[in-house]
This record gives sequence, structure tokens and C-alpha cells, in this order.
Amino acid sequence: MWRIIHQFGSPPWVYRFCDRVIPWLLPLTAVALIVGSAWGLLFAPTDYKQGDSYRIIYIHVPAAVVSLAGYYIMAFAGLVSLVWRIKLADLAMRAAAPIGAAFTAVALITGAIWGKPTWGAWWVWDARVTSMLILFFLYVGVIALFEAYDNKTIAARACAILSLVGTVNIPIIYKSVDWWYSLHQPASIKFTGSSAIDASMLYPLLGMIVAFYALFALLMMLNLKQSLTSEYAQSNWLIKRITT
Amino acid sequence: MHPKRKQRLILALVVVVLSSATIGLITYALSGNINLFYSPSEVAAGEAPVDRQIRVGGMVVEGSVERASDRLETRFAVTDYAHVITVSYDGILPDLFAEGEGVVATGFLGRDGTVTATEVLAKHDENYMPPEVAEALENARATAVQP
Repeated sequence: MWRIIHQFGSPPWVYRFCDRVIPWLLPLTAVALIVGSAWGLLFAPTDYKQGDSYRIIYIHVPAAVVSLAGYYIMAFAGLVSLVWRIKLADLAMRAAAPIGAAFTAVALITGAIWGKPTWGAWWVWDARVTSMLILFFLYVGVIALFEAYDNKTIAARACAILSLVGTVNIPIIYKSVDWWYSLHQPASIKFTGSSAIDASMLYPLLGMIVAFYALFALLMMLNLKQSLTSEYAQSNWLIKRITT
Repeated sequence: MHPKRKQRLILALVVVVLSSATIGLITYALSGNINLFYSPSEVAAGEAPVDRQIRVGGMVVEGSVERASDRLETRFAVTDYAHVITVSYDGILPDLFAEGEGVVATGFLGRDGTVTATEVLAKHDENYMPPEVAEALENARATAVQP
């Protein structure tokens, strides 16, 4: 058990792990994304009230779900890097930040595009939308904070603390539509009881959520591999790995 | 665990717990400002300021929408099923505006208790279903009502 966890702290092992997983994950993600979007955009029925404009849900909700989960991954990596001082955890934290920021941006932009025909406004400062914008700033803040320090050890520590403090925002985003009056509707997918979304629309949505998780994992591994390459450019194990 | 790491772990967790508690208390204290709109009950209780821009949200009462024949002006009643407030609006309503649907109106609360809106937004609910299912539900409800 401990051996497996320790392996994830070893850069050569993780590099090899990524190399082995990516050839499988890449086609799987592509297939899941193509099948999910075709199912959601072409075959799922139209909505009784919104017509076809609801179909943006197949991009918006998966992007939002993964941007929240991605933050926990970033913050957990930050905690590990802060407490155990493992270089790889620090790299993983920084690898997650731009990907999470991109997913958050996608959720915000698709939400605005949906909001105009549905609500009648591109942007409303309601609790859900605003807390989601704060999430975007937290991701961007981690990237900017790291670049702001010359001493990268201190930079990594500051980023880890910022990402840990920011975790309080995640339950706020998730529960904002229940705690306060907001324009954003409450969750349609419910973990307990029956969902407020019809099964014929729910299954392609769940498919797209799985596809977006796979996409996050894939981008994370590619990003991590890239930062390992630049970080250990002078190391024997990497030179040996690339040249043979 | 190494005592130094243990100390760092405890410190990190204390930072998380304390900052969460701080932000939690601040948001709790400001929850009146975080709410996007006042409910008709809050307006009826006098919690909403008069002659200042506010938002009022609720359901559009069935059969309450009156449209002027020569202008865009519309009057409708908004309810939270406890109190009702009248809103008048001179502008284009969003496509999803309908009787029995959620709505958020921005405007000024007059002394007579009606809101003169400058913007009306449709509040969509969390229900998604194909038109056939909606129709079937409607039929089932209609037959259930008739004994």
C-alpha cells in the first residue's frame, strides 16, 4: 500500500506511468467526447420549454463539474507539497491550475451564451455566477502567484496555501443556489431521489461528464509530462528514457 | 509520521479550518446582500427599501398578465404563494416569461407597493424533459383533477 503511494512521488515512475496510460486514455477520451456530444446534440430530445437552446447543458454542466473537482485535486496536491515537500505534488498542483482555469472559463462562457436567450441577460451577479467567477480568479491567482516569486520553493508554498484557502469556495459554489435566492436554477441531477431531468436527456449528460473527467485526466498527464521534462531536463533517467 | 511533517499538516489544516470559518461567517453576515432578490413576503414585511433600485423574484400568478394594447407595457403579479406584489414593465420580456413561471424583476418599489421594473429576467427551473413527456404529465394532471 505505502509502496504504491511512494511510487507517485517518484518522477521517473510517474513519467513512465503517464507514457503508458496516455496511449489508452487519448482514444478513449476522443471516443467518449464524440459519442457524448453526438448523443446530446443530435439524438437527445428537445426540451419542452427551452427548445434546442438547452443543449448547451452538455458542455456547460460537465465543464462546471470538472472545474470544481479539479480544484480539489489542485488543493490536495498543494497540501501534499506543503506538508511532505514532494516535488511532484508541487508540479501536479501547477499542472492542474491552467486546466481548471480553462474548464471554469468554458463553464462561464457557455453559461453567458445560454443566459441571454433564457434569462434575458448575458451576466447576472447572482451567487452561483459570482462564486464561479471567484473560482476562475483563484485558478488564475495560483498561476500568477507562482510567476510572481523568483524563489520557486517559496512560490510553490505560497501557491499551496492560496489553493488550500480557496477550497472554502467549492461548497459555496455547490450550495449557493440552495442557500440564497439566485437566478441560476438548482441542480437537476440529484444524488438521492429522482432527478429533475428526463432520463433520455440525463444519460448523454452523464456520458459527457465522464468524457470531461477523462479529458481532465488526459490534459493533466500531458501537462505533468511536459513540466517533468523541463524540470528534469538534465537528469540521467529522463535522457535515457527519451533517447532509447 | 515525522513530527515536523505532522506539525506542518496540523498547521495547514488549521489554516484551512480558520479561513473557512472566517469566510463562512462573513458570507453568513452578508447573506442579505448575497440574495439576488427580495421575495414578495419580504417586500410585504417592509424589508425592501422604497424608492431605491431592488430586485423582486417569484412566480408569475396565473391569469394576472395584462398587456396594454398600444404599448409594450405589461402588468403582472408575482407571488411566493404567501404574498403577491404587482409589477409593471415597459419593455421586451424574455422568451421564457410565462404565467406560472419564475421571474426576477429589477426596478423601483413605489409607495403604493407596486414595482416599476426596468428589467425583467426569466428564472428557469431545474426541470428538463422532452415535449411529449411534458404533455403526458399535463394530461395526467388534467384527468386526475376531473373526478
